[in-house]
Amino acid sequence: MAKFDETPIVKDPAVNGVLSAPKLREHASAEVRCHPSKPKDTAAIDLPTERVPDWQERAVAKLGELLEKNKALRVYMDICVRCGACTDKCPFFLGTGDPQNFPVARAELMRKVYRRYFTPAGLFPDLGEAADFDEEMLQKWYTYFYQCSECRRCSVFCPYGIDTAEITIAAREIMASIGVATKYVTEVVAKVYSTGNNLGIPPAGWKDNCEFLESDVKEETGLSVRFPVDEKGAEVLLVPPSADNFANTDTMIGYGKLFHFLGVSWTTSTYCNEAGNFGLFLNFANLKKVNRRILDAARDLGVKTIIWGECGHAWRAGIYTPTLNGPMDDFEPPYPYHISQYIVDMLHKGAFEGHIDKSANDEYLVTYHDPCQSARAGYLIEEPREIIRAVCNRFVEMPDGTIRQKTFCCGAGNGLLTDEIMPIRMAGGKPRAMAVKHTGANYLATVCAICKAQLPESMHYWDVPVKVGGVIDLLARAIKM
Amino acid sequence: MDASDILWTFLSLFFIGLAYFSVITFVAGMLWKLIGYLRTPMPLPHALTPAPKTEGGAILRVLGEVTIFRSLFKADKWLWAGAWVFHIALAAVLFRHLRYFTYPVPGLILYMQNVALFFGCLFGAAILFLFWRRLALPRTLYISNIPDYFVLVLLGLIAGSGLTLNYWLHVDIVDVKGFILGLMTLHPVEVPRYPLFLFHLFLVLILMLYFPFSKLLHAGGVIFSPSRSQPYQIQQRGKRYVNPLER
Repeated sequence: MAKFDETPIVKDPAVNGVLSAPKLREHASAEVRCHPSKPKDTAAIDLPTERVPDWQERAVAKLGELLEKNKALRVYMDICVRCGACTDKCPFFLGTGDPQNFPVARAELMRKVYRRYFTPAGLFPDLGEAADFDEEMLQKWYTYFYQCSECRRCSVFCPYGIDTAEITIAAREIMASIGVATKYVTEVVAKVYSTGNNLGIPPAGWKDNCEFLESDVKEETGLSVRFPVDEKGAEVLLVPPSADNFANTDTMIGYGKLFHFLGVSWTTSTYCNEAGNFGLFLNFANLKKVNRRILDAARDLGVKTIIWGECGHAWRAGIYTPTLNGPMDDFEPPYPYHISQYIVDMLHKGAFEGHIDKSANDEYLVTYHDPCQSARAGYLIEEPREIIRAVCNRFVEMPDGTIRQKTFCCGAGNGLLTDEIMPIRMAGGKPRAMAVKHTGANYLATVCAICKAQLPESMHYWDVPVKVGGVIDLLARAIKM
Repeated sequence: MDASDILWTFLSLFFIGLAYFSVITFVAGMLWKLIGYLRTPMPLPHALTPAPKTEGGAILRVLGEVTIFRSLFKADKWLWAGAWVFHIALAAVLFRHLRYFTYPVPGLILYMQNVALFFGCLFGAAILFLFWRRLALPRTLYISNIPDYFVLVLLGLIAGSGLTLNYWLHVDIVDVKGFILGLMTLHPVEVPRYPLFLFHLFLVLILMLYFPFSKLLHAGGVIFSPSRSQPYQIQQRGKRYVNPLER
């Protein structure tokens, strides 16, 4: 199947679904790099359109600014003892064997620059602790900070809680400030501002698709399930990942059936039909600005409650919302509110009592993939499992070290879901694929649109015959109207 | 005054100067770094979930990291064992050293004398294990820099010289203690004329000088790590995590 050079991919088999650390293969993934950003996109999102002439000074100054503004970064720059606890935890190391993908080695790319310009160790560069921020270092940053999916797995195991994601976020912010970014991330952020969503679907296209889904569901089930768009005064604004309306339509149908069953009026917004926030993968200013749209859309439509759809990093940005964009006290708490939390609340209220036919899902042996952002940044671990247990008879967990807080990234999160780095995606997706394979499941449920885009490809590559879908998809199959 | 007196006078001045310089640098350096961590704002909630939902719970989480290295236990059992034994032995050895700094010596510290050899040897063994591990695992070998070996060698030499002073050379504690109490009361006296003791002292002072500018900052720094020290903020009406920079 592979159309790409497979050199960065480690082929060693897993034992009982768990990979052990492969042999070191230096520079194995050094050549796998994202395409650089296009001026039309960077111009649209307030970034330099090309690398600024005084980029070295600007980058060092930006690092200095972040050190003053971000406690985590400041602490993480100092306290790593290079004990090696993280060195066999990163999916991108496990999949490539490239030691630059050790979380510690990735972080050291920034620490060396930090020590060079901000500590006395900078006076002794020959000791290996400090290095100039030169062209070579910038290229390493660009390569390896875009081979990190900010999944936070390393942080689980670090004795000091050092979170490489925070370092990657800072590195991408610094690079963005000097005009170095990837095409994929900048393009998506630019699309959000121009069309309201990451896929670049214009409002008319969104409406068309909603109508198409309505007739589809009508044909299939005879139900008049509605997929309302821009309806003022609806009770709920649903902010899904836009992919749910195109690639993962079963998830979109799930939302529709759920609200139809509950008799709750809801709507999507063409101004903000995207919960996903690629600003998180680029810089703080865009993170804030992209997230702002959710509240603006909700206030404009006059809804009571905002519900975030099945999207991992959207949920991470979601829990930042009151911090980033001000109080949400004009909405019904809890806020932010995740669709899985909402369903669990309804389950507890008995809303589905007598209306669930678990046997509708009997053809599936279901396993659940914790998206990295919802599990480790958004505290969403039990809710999806509770829903699955409520609507399926056959549920199986993957091995202990690969789920919940220790879950593996799908392999393409946080700005890596782009085809030119397919070898990294397949390598990074290997630990997850091996764990799924071990369960023998034929349905891989998850609550993240990026996972849902990556997993079918990585499962196919690693020869794991499994259908990938949402948690709400299973609920929708089991609901008897 | 013969040549050797001149040498000892010179050495005394050197060590007295270095001792004050190291202690002041250590204290001021640590305060500067830790206050820096304390004062730096955290713009966004950062708790690694599942996380405690209360401040008290977060404090317990950090205590778990500091006392029993909970996360490290999840990561690597051998490393956890080596690191934990190292730190416990270090704490015991440091505690026992209080007998050189106190007069009269409290009973508990005197009691430590009975187990001092045990902890001293344990300390040395843990350093050897950590050093061996750094070299033996390709993964740790790859990430180790000169400073990593430097600290282990420094600690190893401190442990070795300390054990030798206590159990082979039987240095006269009265001289040593007189010198230290002299420094503490700001009435410094001549250094004790034991070259190995001076070697031991010299390495300790170098370690203190190096401490606030090195990875040894993990002592202290760990309690400021936001992924562990923050509770998971449940958003409620009228209550939110406010970005300190926008307050």
